[in-house]
Amino acid sequence: MSKQPQTSSLLTPVWSRLSRMEPIYIILAAIVLAIVLSNPIYADYGPMMQLLRRASPLIVLAVGQLFVIVSGGFDLSVGSLITFIVLLSALVLNTHPEQVYACIALCLAIGIAAGSLNGLVVSLLKVPSIIATLGMLLAYRGAGLYLSGGSARGNLPDTFRAFGRETVYGFPIALIVVIVFGVFAAWILHGTNYGRQLFAVGTNPRAARLSGVNVTMVRVVAFMFSAVSAVVAAILLGGFSGVSTAVGNGYELQAISAAVLGGAVLLGGRGSVPAVIAGAIALHALFTLLNIWGFPKPMRDAVQGIIIISAVAYSAWRR
Amino acid sequence: MQKVEHGTAMMMSLRKQWRDIPPVLWVLLVMAIASYPLTEAFGRTGGFSLQFLANVVERSVTLAIVAVGQTFVILVGSIDLSVAFVISLAAVMASYFMQGNATMILIAVPAVLLMGAGIGWINGFLVTRGRVNPLIATLGMGLIIQGILSTSFQNFAGSVPQSYQIIAYGSLFGIPNSFFLLLAVAFGAAFVLRKTRFGAHIYAVGGNSEAARLSGINTDRIMRRAHLIAGLLAALAGLFLTSRLGSGAPWVGPDGIYDLESIAAVVIGGTILAGGRGGVFGTIIGVLIFGLIDSLFNQLGIDPYLKQVLRGLIIIFAVAAYSMRSKDEVA
Repeated sequence: MSKQPQTSSLLTPVWSRLSRMEPIYIILAAIVLAIVLSNPIYADYGPMMQLLRRASPLIVLAVGQLFVIVSGGFDLSVGSLITFIVLLSALVLNTHPEQVYACIALCLAIGIAAGSLNGLVVSLLKVPSIIATLGMLLAYRGAGLYLSGGSARGNLPDTFRAFGRETVYGFPIALIVVIVFGVFAAWILHGTNYGRQLFAVGTNPRAARLSGVNVTMVRVVAFMFSAVSAVVAAILLGGFSGVSTAVGNGYELQAISAAVLGGAVLLGGRGSVPAVIAGAIALHALFTLLNIWGFPKPMRDAVQGIIIISAVAYSAWRR
Repeated sequence: MQKVEHGTAMMMSLRKQWRDIPPVLWVLLVMAIASYPLTEAFGRTGGFSLQFLANVVERSVTLAIVAVGQTFVILVGSIDLSVAFVISLAAVMASYFMQGNATMILIAVPAVLLMGAGIGWINGFLVTRGRVNPLIATLGMGLIIQGILSTSFQNFAGSVPQSYQIIAYGSLFGIPNSFFLLLAVAFGAAFVLRKTRFGAHIYAVGGNSEAARLSGINTDRIMRRAHLIAGLLAALAGLFLTSRLGSGAPWVGPDGIYDLESIAAVVIGGTILAGGRGGVFGTIIGVLIFGLIDSLFNQLGIDPYLKQVLRGLIIIFAVAAYSMRSKDEVA
């Protein structure tokens, strides 16, 4: 017995660090390995960047969703907010193609307004976020289709689409946006007073309120963050997919699945930005892998369903 | 003296009954009265009539059946977001099994109902044994159903025989069959909730799960059964919808927004989301309010997309009217 610890003491730090590490990094590595093994072309720089670029809207959205999840809620309105923003931008820029930056500013303002609306409905009217944001999902979808008359109309000028499409020195602009957004979000969540308050609200809102946190404000800002992430994702998606009435469909659940994959605990209190970014890349990579293996596209929904159920069951089992 | 006291007691009980009427009923009444001049003025099809009201009820039957099932799970303190997809699955399976063949009705209907109950039971199992949050368990289940269904069927699958459409379009003594179905489901559910031991246990578990467990109730089993009923009734709603549409497609459930609207109808009907308080008849009235709003919009000729916006906002504010008085923290 007394000899045993000597060998294990060498291994213990490594093992305990491995077991404490978020499992998502191992999952991500496994999926990427499987992709490269199934189709060696993905080992090259170009296709790999392409994969990451395609994942960028989901990364941004998942990070935004993380803020709401940490606060204890859900934001299901992001998918149709994306569609609304893309349809609106296409209409605005069709008549004024030179006003790209003004249009982006307008979209960001809409995002901030939409997020505060969600946050206020949840914290002041006490509507559970899942109902409130599902209701807004209907409203944005209807509003987008009403504006565009039910079909994709208008055009996005190249300056607008550059964010999703173009590269700088071979590096996609979309990924620069992701890195800036990710670093900013990580700083806010893990490095500021606001981040600590957000975790406190998600863990126990009543305790947070009693210890002087402005719970309403903290919640509203979390929803704002999520809505703004939807606007950023919409600009990126508009870049590479163009205008369509289905551009944001299903993204709300993908964002939640990505966050859950990245170890965020639903109903609040736990989550980290880097792990959720890894979760979003892993989810997108998994879809790519299913695609390579020839699974039909609708199967993605089923895979996503299995992921979120098993991830939540796993974290319940571990506690 | 005795007589007077008896009189006041009667007055008291009458007043109590008066107060027991859920506020939604007043809303419904006010809306019905207010809609009269509106539809008269703008109506495209001859305004307000008994036919109009019958139409409202007929269009609400599918939602009402789902919402009654949703009432069970919400009463027990859970929720079911998979109902819309179960409806799709039931609709597709029913028309796929029948393929226009009337003899298959007797096989297809029980098979589809059994499937719905099975899915509900799995939901309950995930919630109780897997300790998965019900929102996630049922959302995930919905996604799985949706994925498998749209992989297998891209369009309307098969069709139902003429004789099957009698459920939706036939009538008995001048009253549409769908009314009878609605009444049967509503009174059956009310009977189970009010008169049976299982019903009492549902309220007990929803009111305070821990206390119910300590007093010897198998709370997990009650939870699983409530989910089973929600799944079963969602499948029944799917069967009814197929009878209306003549065939089933993978999008009929999500397109009807049955998940969100059933939850909203339950909440508007006075059942609290935390569970333990409420009932079926409030839910039915909640459903009729949605049906009335919908028919009014149609008669007023409101743009279908704008209608969607209004629907979303109405759901939020209808739920808010109940939830904003609560002092609990909501997320």
